[in-house]
Amino acid sequence: MTRYLIALASGLIFGLGLIASGMTNPAKVKGFLDLFGAWDPSLALVMGGAISVGVIAFALTKRRSRSWTGDPFEIPAETLIDRRLIAGGLLFGVGWGIAGFCPGPALVSLASGLPAAWIFVPAMLTGMLAYDYFAKR
Amino acid sequence: MTIAWNLFTPGAALVGGLLIGLAAALYLLGNGRIAGISGIVGAPLRALTARTELRSQRLNLLFLAGLLLAPWLWQLAAPLPAATVDVGPLALVIAGLFVGVGVRMGQGCTSGHGVCGLSRFSLRSLVNVLAFMGAGFVTVFLMRHVLGG
Repeated sequence: MTRYLIALASGLIFGLGLIASGMTNPAKVKGFLDLFGAWDPSLALVMGGAISVGVIAFALTKRRSRSWTGDPFEIPAETLIDRRLIAGGLLFGVGWGIAGFCPGPALVSLASGLPAAWIFVPAMLTGMLAYDYFAKR
Repeated sequence: MTIAWNLFTPGAALVGGLLIGLAAALYLLGNGRIAGISGIVGAPLRALTARTELRSQRLNLLFLAGLLLAPWLWQLAAPLPAATVDVGPLALVIAGLFVGVGVRMGQGCTSGHGVCGLSRFSLRSLVNVLAFMGAGFVTVFLMRHVLGG
């Protein structure tokens, strides 16, 4: 039961953080990506704030063998840097730059009823399914 | 490059960032899991299409439920901040497809590779972040300063 509450609370706090940070506003994200125009550095501070807590959390996992609920730490072991990793990042970046949405803020905006998110999210889920379908063959 | 001081919101950005970090820390230390949104959405989606047990997706689905509840909880206390989208429906569809394919191919997005990957000093994540940030900068540059949209 505890692990279910933790998952729900984590998602909730994550979403509240996205809203508080201003990152659910695509114009603000694109203001950060507009490095060669009028640049809004806010997103860098969002990442910095999140990573400063994240660094401590990941350091703490090294002192324990298991999580609070007793589940093992599922930390990705993959270290391979290949074309897929880079091409995937590039494709994601192009889409992110066009719309100003990445997956988290897009889902929060879907729930808040933003019409653009109701177009973007179905397309994003289609892209995910399409990749899984073609990558499997 | 000129910094748009009038648009810069350091306080809100920092508070929001700390909350995002706190959520990732809670999910990691509590359940041992990485708060990567594209994976959290992608796994149940795959389970649906593969017709495997959705029961194994409970944690992902609960995290998603929390994420989707966030704007509703927010609205109990304050109006949601404004959101401005400056592209039309066709561009949104193309952008969505690119993001969907890209995050599955690269196995992560701003949260999984960005927040979590960089927090554990993963070189693999850093490479992916540099790729998507670079592509984002170039895309917005082309749209705003070359094509002029």
